[in-house]
Amino acid sequence: MLLVLLAIGLIYGAYDRPELFAQYIIIGVANGALIALIALGYTLVYGIVELINFAHGEVFMMGAYFALTVVATTGVTTEKGWLILAAAAILALLGSMVFSSAINWGIDRVAYRRLRHAPRLAPLICAIGFSFILQQMAVYWKGGNPLSPPALIPSEYRAYNILQEWFGLETRIRIRPLDLAVVLITIPLLILLQWFIQRTRTGKAMRATAQDRDAAALMGIDVNRAISIAFIVGGALAGAAGMIAVYYINSARPGMGFRYGLYAFTAAVVGGIGNLNGAVIGGFIIGIAWSLSDGFLKTYPGGHFSWWGAQWTPALIFGLLVVTMVFRPSGILGETTAEKV
Amino acid sequence: MASSMPTAPGELASGSILQRIMSGRQENLLLCLAISVFALYPLVDELFDIGRLGSMGSIMIYVLLAMGLNIVVGYAGLLDLGYAAFFAIGAYTMGLLTSPKSFFIKEGYVPEWLQHFWPALAVSWVVAAIFGVLLGAPTLRLRGDYLAIVTLGFGEIVPNFFLNAEKITNGTLGLNPVGKPSTFTIFGHKFAFAPTDQDNWYWLILAICVLSLFMIRRFYNSRLGRTWQAVREDEIAAASMGVNLVRTKLWAFALGASFAGFAGSLSAAYFQYVHPANFEFIVSITILSMVVLGGIGNIYGVIAGALLIGFFDRILTEELTPPLNSLGDALSIDFLANHNLTQDKFLIFGLALVLTMLLRPEGLFPSARRKAEFHPEEDKISEHEQQQMYDIREMDEPAVGERA
Repeated sequence: MLLVLLAIGLIYGAYDRPELFAQYIIIGVANGALIALIALGYTLVYGIVELINFAHGEVFMMGAYFALTVVATTGVTTEKGWLILAAAAILALLGSMVFSSAINWGIDRVAYRRLRHAPRLAPLICAIGFSFILQQMAVYWKGGNPLSPPALIPSEYRAYNILQEWFGLETRIRIRPLDLAVVLITIPLLILLQWFIQRTRTGKAMRATAQDRDAAALMGIDVNRAISIAFIVGGALAGAAGMIAVYYINSARPGMGFRYGLYAFTAAVVGGIGNLNGAVIGGFIIGIAWSLSDGFLKTYPGGHFSWWGAQWTPALIFGLLVVTMVFRPSGILGETTAEKV
Repeated sequence: MASSMPTAPGELASGSILQRIMSGRQENLLLCLAISVFALYPLVDELFDIGRLGSMGSIMIYVLLAMGLNIVVGYAGLLDLGYAAFFAIGAYTMGLLTSPKSFFIKEGYVPEWLQHFWPALAVSWVVAAIFGVLLGAPTLRLRGDYLAIVTLGFGEIVPNFFLNAEKITNGTLGLNPVGKPSTFTIFGHKFAFAPTDQDNWYWLILAICVLSLFMIRRFYNSRLGRTWQAVREDEIAAASMGVNLVRTKLWAFALGASFAGFAGSLSAAYFQYVHPANFEFIVSITILSMVVLGGIGNIYGVIAGALLIGFFDRILTEELTPPLNSLGDALSIDFLANHNLTQDKFLIFGLALVLTMLLRPEGLFPSARRKAEFHPEEDKISEHEQQQMYDIREMDEPAVGERA
């Protein structure tokens, strides 16, 4: 009911203030790309072992923290040439990808693998435990307060408008280099993942394992290896997202993984958990809903939504989660599989 | 041997030592003994000048919460990650009905007779149960791990709502003061409930805990309790025996929520303060780790788990920090000298959950049936089934049975 009202309000708002609407959509797309990267990790793991890897948000957070460390260690400053800056950024990206995938693999190896045949509750509770352990580790590592990352992007670029500077468009819509960078890093990763899963031999083994673990084992597939690779790939994507997020939102704190993780999980569910394309679509839906709810809704003409603000965003997104679970538990792209009972 | 006869005495006797002691009539005797020990604590506290009565009060509220969550997670096998939401609902019901800051009281919507502790306590019990049904009805058809996430989302939305609906709940300022029980006299002893009357508060909370314990025990031994176990062990088998799955789960959800409502309204009155920050996700996880550590499904195990974690959380970390710091000073290790153990909660709860699941998934004091469920490899029938799988699949792990 409320969601329908909101949708009507949004459509009217888009008609009434197209420029502002477009602006929030652009922010939403960048947010969505980030969420999609994290959501893919949930969906990969769920698809193959049917476990909601609750610690995934914290794996993302650890990636963000590691990116901070790498940039600080290289000691680059914004006065350096852009080539050196880009090299440092790529180093941080690769570093946090490796770091996060190592954590994710380690958790699987230490805990989840031993619980493959236990009741479902056991690995899930274990995952919750790991999410708390990792949060505390981050506090020991860098302290509990929000950190701002060492400068990597010259400050004049923060307010730079690509549409105006590059294309000479007279518009108030602003695309910052950061927004563009988020999307430009995400898309190759998505294509790479798609190629890996669909075209390589390992990807094929993973798909087979996801479909039927016992049958895959009978065909000579190393099931444990396939599962480990799912954790590693998911972790790498989360690490990349961590590096991007640190510079996109310009801060990092131990609790960031929890919120982002839940949003990403919602995205995975909305898109259809276990389905890679679904996770990406879900990510963009959640990202756009997030940015519209944060800023656009309260500007809605007539002031009917003036009370709405960023503080209601979590409620909106979890509302979306609950609505999806209740009316279409398999998500947008998921197949409708009937429960046994 | 989860499928063998549940009520056979031999089955119980094969459990742990605790189980054997607890079976039969001795159970009630031991229980009375334990309750009187706890009832005497305020006198001990005063005698030895321990000064931990306040902490014991809040630990008892946690015990109450853990008993309630045990109905949902332990008896019915539904993972609820948003249990703090019902705790919050109970607390806010108490606050909104009795606090002078409440929107409903200012507007005059609450009748005079309802603005007191006892009627509000009863109302919050019912309100929490109703919310349990409201949340459960659409979501209980979902599979277990989906349910966990929906409850998690609910657990996030509820405090978020209480925080942001400022007009009604007073937002970040919280509700203060909250109604408390009026003074009454039993056997010549006057029970007053001012903030300084810690012992009376403690006895009140303990009395409600004991009352809840007996109620939950009755539920567990009823027809409803048996259907919970049946559904938990095998939904398909239970359904084909005529158990209504949704109704059974809904009862578990509503009853579990109702005890959280009790706990919420009690804690609101006890602390004289209701604030949204008291109901965050960490609260749900604390309660869950109490249930998991103590022994899912065994109410005495759960109480022991709650006491253990509560004791650790509220007392031990505070007591151990000064000696640790002075040790750090003596050894001149900066980390130890400045470290505050109360900040290690997350690590401790996380480790408690992970290690319990890895080393002893049935918890410290399990019920015999639950133990069997967590060790399917000891089951005769599934042993045969699994062996066939293991022979092919996992060469690096020891096969359960011998090769045929």
